[in-house]
Parts: sequence; structure tokens; C-alpha cells
Amino acid sequence: MSATTATPDIAIRDLSKTYATGRGALKSVNLDIAHGEIFALLGPNGAGKTTLISIICGIVTPTTGKVTVKGHDIIRDYRAARSLIGLVPQELTTDAFETVWNTVSFSRGLFGKAPNPAHIEKVLRQLSLWDRRDSRLMTLSGGMKRRVLIAKALSHEPEILFLDEPTAGVDVTLRKDMWRLVRELREEGVTIILTTHYIEEAEDMADRVGVIAKGELILVEEKTQLMQKLGRKVLTLQLREPLAAIPESLAGHGLELMTEGRELRFTYDAKAGRTGIARLIEDLKTAGIVFSDLSTSQSSLEDIFVDLVKEQP
Amino acid sequence: MNWHAVKAIYVFEMSRALRTISQSIISPVLSTSLYFVVFGAAIGQRISEIDGVSYGAFIVPGLIMLSILTQSIANASFGIYFPRFAGTIYELLSAPISPLEIVFGYVGAAATKSILIGLTILATAALFVPLHIAHPFLMLAFLVLIAVTFSLFGFAIGIWADGFEKLQVIPLVIITPLTFLGGTFYSVKMLPEFWQNVSLLNPVVYLISGFRWSFYEISDVSIWVSMAMTFVFMGLCLALVWWMFRTGYRLKA
Repeated sequence: MSATTATPDIAIRDLSKTYATGRGALKSVNLDIAHGEIFALLGPNGAGKTTLISIICGIVTPTTGKVTVKGHDIIRDYRAARSLIGLVPQELTTDAFETVWNTVSFSRGLFGKAPNPAHIEKVLRQLSLWDRRDSRLMTLSGGMKRRVLIAKALSHEPEILFLDEPTAGVDVTLRKDMWRLVRELREEGVTIILTTHYIEEAEDMADRVGVIAKGELILVEEKTQLMQKLGRKVLTLQLREPLAAIPESLAGHGLELMTEGRELRFTYDAKAGRTGIARLIEDLKTAGIVFSDLSTSQSSLEDIFVDLVKEQP
Repeated sequence: MNWHAVKAIYVFEMSRALRTISQSIISPVLSTSLYFVVFGAAIGQRISEIDGVSYGAFIVPGLIMLSILTQSIANASFGIYFPRFAGTIYELLSAPISPLEIVFGYVGAAATKSILIGLTILATAALFVPLHIAHPFLMLAFLVLIAVTFSLFGFAIGIWADGFEKLQVIPLVIITPLTFLGGTFYSVKMLPEFWQNVSLLNPVVYLISGFRWSFYEISDVSIWVSMAMTFVFMGLCLALVWWMFRTGYRLKA
């Protein structure tokens, strides 16, 4: 599912946001999201995930840049753009005194759709809310309120669904239900963008993963490629004598020289038939490089993520 | 126009009023009716007529106006402030609706409620004092225009307010005194000349005077001036709300 083939569902160009307080929340973000994909946006708290979503959905005004949703500009052509989008916010914000049925029907009307009790019923049943349809929202548990927010977002049959931290503070049952629903929606052709802290979640669900830190989108990659990175191991050699540069004879190994020339780092695919370790050791010997110690380590997505986020100034 | 959205907001707001009927409709009607009992039936006979109208009847238009102003502001300001306070405003901002449609929904519902309250008070007043409405259509027109204008004003307050206190302060500290001093209980002509001139700075004088004219054809200022001022206030409130949406003032980051 490549983002470059067809017209993207969402195209973000040079999007920046500086709040009135002077805090820069987004710095020149570029991103395409393809039709039907599940895109996971990862990042620490305050990285700009919610700001990015809020701009696309019309809640926050961008400072500069342009966003189109299926070709509709989110500002000039906001009606067409917003009609396509369903948003499940991070905060559990509900109208305490309304009933489940009324609040979900209200959302449908707000998005310009004629009443359709059959669809509302379908959504409520999908989310196990049907039995609670006449309950007031304030009588519901947190998990149930989360389901109501999802039902509201699905009430107007959106083609693109944003889930902002959908599983934060949610129990295991609901989490599983949520992921089942996400898969069902994907079957129906709904494009899904979710933000999360949980890397396993991104690994489990997403087609592509984007990492955002301090307002910058620092990595966007297909999940399978990320998984390949997961399969990679790193061999670190502690050198007896520091090297100024990697000798010409070792250029073919793709080595990295670290910690002021005291360490050589060799990345290899542990699952491949030939790892290239034996040849490397031989070539080192030929070049007269002596090492005092060696270690191997496997990088997880978590490591990659932490490294990426740390590298940001 | 996204009429489904306008309808959704309108129905939502009206159902909120029905859910809290004792607070939103019965209580203003009851408290205003007490004035008729006290001033109309009890001590009204001891006060001389004003411009040939019995005192009990004289105060009816002003009291209806008092309710219309305070209720329009209260309904509309709370209607838009509460989603901001509770956070549910996100949905309104992310929906494919224009500011005009949001205003139609919220202001339409708030105005409807205060018109209903005004008419209920009018019907209640008829039980206690002899009423006569010389120009019923003009009376209704004033009622609707003023309800809409002050609902717009309340809507603007609801966007401006960043706490429940600010929500209350303008109705309590500005609108209620202006209404009491704007000729609800007396004719401005009864005041010394200096205070008559001061009163002309009070916008509510024009509204009450015009409204009262539609009942008894007596007024403090010309009916034409009253009509013109009503439209001026409406224009000002529309401009204020328009500016708020245009700039995203307190709505969007």
C-alpha cells in the first residue's frame, strides 16, 4: 500500500503551527496518507500529534501550509473535506445529560446527514452500546463513554477516521474490541489514522508508521520495513587502538565508527543465511585491526523510536 | 446550507430547555408574574394612571421586555458556553457547518425559548390586569427582533466568557439595572429633565418604549426611533458575532 501511487486521501504540505503563546507545535510537516491504509502516528506527549489531527479536522487553524482531504482544501472547501472525516478525540468529552441515542443522532445531523435510525442502530450494536441507548452519558463508565465517542464519529459514515489515543486508559476487552472494529472498518474501505504511545499497537495494527517529535515528522515508514529493522542486529567491536577513519579495505562492510574511533559498529540481518560476520573478522585481521571485546544487540522499534526522539535538539 | 446541522443544534437546545423546564421556563414566568400580583392587583389601584393606562397594565410591556432580555442572554450564552466548558465544542468545530448555521441553531433556539417565555408572561398578565394590544403584529415583530438581537448578544457573551462568573456578570450588572432604569416601572417623562436626557443614553429605553407603544400607543420616544434603534442593536450584535467567527476568537487556537 504505497502512498505515492493514487491520489492520497490526505495530503499535507509544509504544515506549520505556532500557537499564540509562541510555542511552535508543528514544523513544516509533509505527509501523504493513502486510501484504505491504517497509519499510526507515534510520538511522546506534546510532540504535536493532536495538533496535527486538530488542524486536519478544523479545530486548530494552521499558521502556514496546506492540507487537502481527497482533493478538498480543508479551509477553502471545508464542508466537503470535513464531511468525509470522523474524529474520536483523546479527552472523554460528552454531554452528561444526553442519552446515547440522542448524542449519536445529533452528531449525524451536525455532519449534514439525514436521519438514519438503521445506521445508528448498526453502529451502536457494533460497539455493544445498543442496550445502553437510552442511558444518560453521565451514568456510563469511562470505557463506555469512549465507545460513545467512537459511535459519534461513525454516525455519519465517514471515509476517514481519526482515533486520537483510542486505547489510553482503556481495559483489555475494550482494546480488543477496538482493534476488531478498526479491522472491520478497514475491510469497508475506511482510511484510519491513529495516534498512540504504545509501540506494540502500531506494530500490530498499522500499515505505516510515522514518528513525530517536537513538531517534526522524523520518520515515515512501511511497517514491514520497520519490522526488517527489528530483525537486524548490531555487532559492536571495542578497538584496542582508536581509528581515525575506516580503512579503504573495509569499505564494503558498511561499518560505522563510533565513540571517537574506539568502536566499530556492524549492522547485519540475523535472519539471513550469510551474516557477513566471518568475512568481516577476516578482513579486520588482514587490515591489522585488533579488538579487545565484542557485543551484539538487537534493536527494537522502541529503541529506534527512543533514539529518533532523543536525536532531536 | 447544512439544514440537518441547524436542525440538530436547534432540537438539541430545545430539548435541553424541556429537560430543565422548571428552571428554564416556569421560574422566569413565575417570578415575573409576581410583579403583576404585587403591582397590578395589590398596590396598582393606589398608583395613578400613566397616560390613561392603569399602572398594572402599564408595567406589562416593560416586564416582558425584562424577561426577554435576560432570558435571551442567559439561554444563548449558556448554550454555547457549556460545550466550550465541557469540551464537546470539538465536534461543532470539526463539523461541516458554517458560522451562520451555528448561529441559526443556537440563536434560533435561544430566541424561541425567550419568545415562548414572553408570550406565557403575556398570557399570565392578562389574568391579573386589563390588557389591550393596539398593534399585535408590531408587538410580535418587536418581540421576535429583540429576542433575536439579545440572543446574539448572549451568544457573543458565551464565546467571550472563560468562566461561569463572566457568564452572569453582564446580565446581572448591566442588563437588569438598565432595564429597571429604562422605563419598566415608570415613564421616562416622569423624570426631571436632566435624568430624562441621561435615560436617552440607555439603549433599553428605546426597546421598552417601542414595545409599549405597540400595546397602548404611548411612548417615551418616537416609535420610528425605537424601530431604528432595534435594527441598530441587531446590526451591532451581528457584526460582533461575525467578527468572533472570522477571527476564531476564543473558539480556535
